[in-house]
Amino acid sequence: MEFAELIKTPRADNVVLHRPFYPAVEGTLCLTGHHLIFSSRRQDNAEELWLLHSNIDSIEKRFMGSLGTIIIKCKDLRIIQLDIPGMEESLNIASSIEALSTLDSVTLMYPFFYRPMFEIIEDGWRLFLPDQEFELLSSVTDEWRLSCVNKEFTVCPSYPPVVIVPKSIDDEALRKVATFRHGSRFPVLSYYHKKNGMVMMRSSQPLTGTNGRRCKEDEKLINATLRPGKRGYIIDTRSLNVAQQARAKGGGFEQEAHYPQWRRIHKCIERFNILQESLIKLVEACNDQSHNMDRWLSKLEASNWLTHIKEILTAACLAAQCIDREGASVLVHGTEGTDSTLQVTSLAQIILDPRCRTIRGFESLVVREWLQAGHPFQQRCAQSAYSNSKQKWEAPVFLLFLDCVWQILRQFPCSFEFNEQFLIMLFEHAYASQFGTFLGNNENERSKLKLPQKTMSLWSWVNRSEELSKFRNPLFEANSLVIWPSVAPQSLQLWEGVFLRWNRSSKFLDEAQEEMINIINYNKELQAKVNALRRQLAEMETDDKMLKNL
Amino acid sequence: QVEQVKLLDRFSTSNKSLTGTLYLTATHLLFIDSSQRETWILHHHIAAVEKLPLTTSGCPLVIQCKNFRIVHFVVPRERDCHDIYNSLLQLSRTAKYEELYAFSYNPKQNESEQVKGWQLIDLAEEYKRMGVPNDYWQLSDANRDYKICETYPRELYVPRTASKPIIVGSSKFRSKGRFPVLSYYHKKKEAAICRCSQPLSGFSARCLEDEHMLQAISKANPSNRYMYVMDTRPKLNAMANRAAGKGYENEDNYSNIRFQFVGIENIHVMRSSLQKLLEVSGTKGLSVNDFLSGLENSGWLRHIKAVLDAALFLVKAIAVESASVLVHCSDGWDRTSQVCSLGALLLDSYYRTIKGFMVLIEKDWISFGHKFSDRCCQLDGDPKEISPVFTQFLESVWNLTEQFPRAFEFNEAFLLQIHEHVHSCQFGNFLGNCQKEREELKLKEKTYSLWPFLLGEQKKYQNPLYNPDFSPELTLLEPNTVSFNFKFWRNMYHQFDRSMHPRQSVFNLIMNMSEQNKQLEEDIKELEAKIKQRNGQPDATFVKEHQQFAHSVPVALKTSPCFKKEQPLIPVHDAVRTIEGSNTADNRYSEFMEEFSKAEPAVVSLEYGVARMTC
Repeated sequence: MEFAELIKTPRADNVVLHRPFYPAVEGTLCLTGHHLIFSSRRQDNAEELWLLHSNIDSIEKRFMGSLGTIIIKCKDLRIIQLDIPGMEESLNIASSIEALSTLDSVTLMYPFFYRPMFEIIEDGWRLFLPDQEFELLSSVTDEWRLSCVNKEFTVCPSYPPVVIVPKSIDDEALRKVATFRHGSRFPVLSYYHKKNGMVMMRSSQPLTGTNGRRCKEDEKLINATLRPGKRGYIIDTRSLNVAQQARAKGGGFEQEAHYPQWRRIHKCIERFNILQESLIKLVEACNDQSHNMDRWLSKLEASNWLTHIKEILTAACLAAQCIDREGASVLVHGTEGTDSTLQVTSLAQIILDPRCRTIRGFESLVVREWLQAGHPFQQRCAQSAYSNSKQKWEAPVFLLFLDCVWQILRQFPCSFEFNEQFLIMLFEHAYASQFGTFLGNNENERSKLKLPQKTMSLWSWVNRSEELSKFRNPLFEANSLVIWPSVAPQSLQLWEGVFLRWNRSSKFLDEAQEEMINIINYNKELQAKVNALRRQLAEMETDDKMLKNL
Repeated sequence: QVEQVKLLDRFSTSNKSLTGTLYLTATHLLFIDSSQRETWILHHHIAAVEKLPLTTSGCPLVIQCKNFRIVHFVVPRERDCHDIYNSLLQLSRTAKYEELYAFSYNPKQNESEQVKGWQLIDLAEEYKRMGVPNDYWQLSDANRDYKICETYPRELYVPRTASKPIIVGSSKFRSKGRFPVLSYYHKKKEAAICRCSQPLSGFSARCLEDEHMLQAISKANPSNRYMYVMDTRPKLNAMANRAAGKGYENEDNYSNIRFQFVGIENIHVMRSSLQKLLEVSGTKGLSVNDFLSGLENSGWLRHIKAVLDAALFLVKAIAVESASVLVHCSDGWDRTSQVCSLGALLLDSYYRTIKGFMVLIEKDWISFGHKFSDRCCQLDGDPKEISPVFTQFLESVWNLTEQFPRAFEFNEAFLLQIHEHVHSCQFGNFLGNCQKEREELKLKEKTYSLWPFLLGEQKKYQNPLYNPDFSPELTLLEPNTVSFNFKFWRNMYHQFDRSMHPRQSVFNLIMNMSEQNKQLEEDIKELEAKIKQRNGQPDATFVKEHQQFAHSVPVALKTSPCFKKEQPLIPVHDAVRTIEGSNTADNRYSEFMEEFSKAEPAVVSLEYGVARMTC
């Protein structure tokens, strides 16, 4: 086995573990192919820590005489410290961790080895198939069709095998449009607004280049989504400047002259390297407890994190507003159509569609708008805030999306079936997981890796009632309305559950949360009892009446 | 009365507005819009009125209130606007106490109720609760006629060993005669929080009586001979004061003291800090970075942190070292009040109850002469005396409630309501600058006390998550004062900007639910009794049964199914806020639903407007 070669010292005794909020403990450290396992020696109350190697973002080592200290920084932002006696042992362990946490091959990752200890009731891999989604759609409109043009991933490598397109556009036209769009990501249906029949499409940028190339089929395709006499909006997630510059590299944007029925609106959502830097700065600011107030605020500002949140939310609100208020259809794209585009289309759906605020609906949204839509999870989530290697594909695009959802959840705490823990869980699994759901960069890669056959789906685990109970929002009351969040800076907050999670104790807040749940449960109990008693009384009364009538 | 007046949305650039009629009454400015919604503004709440240059739609009038409400009217005719402007200027500036609202406000109470209301908070009782007088501390009659210190209350507690000559001598050596007296006594630790003003030490002056006074305080604590002297000012300010013959204690002259500066800025810094904060938070189309850098530049959160850090220092001295602490600043009525009251709040869970919090404010703020009249500008006076010192205290408490959601019996609405009335001049409690002045104004005969009113509406102010047994073994709260714990208090500074608030309030929901739970418990008891009764007498006559049936109907109605739907979303403090309970008809639910389902957040439509222009 390859892993054995990487593990020179599989076990070390008398290791001291330091974690946030817990006293240091002494115990034994073991390394396996996928885990770092620490177990305390105390007989009375043995503690164990299991850490996935893939969760390790970076490690640092220091020496004090023969005592080695390894500081492990995780992708979920936690930092732990291990004191290991013996120079050689510590060096061996450090280099093993380094090697095991940066394995090149996906097929060596833990999901390929993980054997579930739970009974699978529903296979998550078969839960959210495009056909089911289309069935729902066709019950309200017949203007759309399911196209298999990408069956072998030949037309667009980052699209799923089946996509939803206007009925009047045939596969031949789609192939032509694909050649006109960056990465062949031709416009496809993202969302259908039942209330007024307006739609949201997404794509990548058109390849107009400097000489203003055009594509009749492309124009025809997106015009096919408009009602007669109606106009639509194209939301370009780049600033006008950036979009213009893109022309030099063969990209570009839709020219008014060729798309007269469309208005283009430019929003400015930053691209991945800037976002990654923002995350690194934010986490650095949150981890330093010694900052005085001015320094903390200026670091928070300099990270720009909340600015990104505001920009993304504003663009999503705009898209939702066009659809719901203006009664217009919308096409969203940026450059590749795999990052900011998906942030906007998925958040707009949360605002517009109550279904996306349920647990199942949100899972389906993540599958449709992120996994199947080809957000390159493996590239984006390879490293998190502690990465020191400057690879350029990492970016917290998905984390920003989750943060935006959290912001809306804060403002509409009763409108979501899931709670904050659910979002945090998704964040963790996107970066390191025993499940195969977030492996690969698109459906094409996932099918080549045979993930559905060889790994377990996250949804198979989450959707069991034992797990779901942790993620349910006790305050949930279905709200069928469109929910408009406030994007004023005074209304946006730092997501403490993620960024301050390891920096301060949440004991008192957790207790308050618990008490709140107690009150809610007690309320349900009492109501049930009152109803039962009333029924009993009513029965007695009817019995009496019957007696009387006799 | 002026018609066709427009009320503009403060943060909307699309000039969304409500049209309605503006009325000017003796006490309030009233705006009624076309859908009969009322906005009441008390004249005393008006901090500034500004007339902006004439526009095509009329003459804009901006009114800033002390409760951080800002309203922007557009009056169609300039002359009307000018008239309103002048009237408001006059009405909002009162020259005499007797003209304040409290002297005309009549809540339909009879005399005995009025007297009882004023007796609700009894400070003598409070000192008894703390455990004084005792072997070490006694009530001094030195200031019974306000002869030694005009700004102190009549009743003061001092160490038993501090004789009258020592008191008199010490008071002569202290600014404004505010000599060291007891503020809080910690029974278990036998340690005391004492307060005073700065010594008149200059560069080298000494006062033996004052030194004796401090010695007496440290000797009154059998658990620790050392005492802390906390100067709550920045060291530089204290040193500058020496040139004016004031200053701070020289450690060499006092035995057994440990001297400490804690660096809270003065009232002028605080005033301009708040000014900057309001400028930032009131900006239209504010970006996140402008907000954060504005927040930083205002220094507001830094000051709040400094106040809480000082309180925490005091608390640790008492709780960990059992040492007594003497707190002072310059005059000992601003920063000293903040630190002493917050210290006591952290040490003693009684002050975290609704009644206890009232007692705390009466004791450390009202009785010890925090100059509410000057600081809140109740009368037209020196603008340099205005300062948000008490607001900072409330904000510090709010920060604690955020960190310890189960430790306080009261909720945010309670703090906001107190803030409202500190400025409203509707009740007598906060009028004037010190007790002597209040007695001269005969406030207890001519005005009413706020506290019985707040207690009467207690339900609105209760924290449903409150746990009276919170950390039972020691009632001490130790807040985490790392910078990231301090947040901008949106519900204070944007209380009236509804578009910024969460659209659903967990807090109100839980509050209503725990209220409903009580009702349900009652219902269950009643129903069970009925069933038992029926089972007990199965042969009862039918007539009787019918009577009972008739009875049970209203019971069933009490928790009708619609109850749950109707209740949750009404923001409680908003209903409270409307204005001094004067218009109960204004049930904001409909407005809320409307906003909830229809209105677009101002900022989004703003963005949209901008975007459209660039298409």
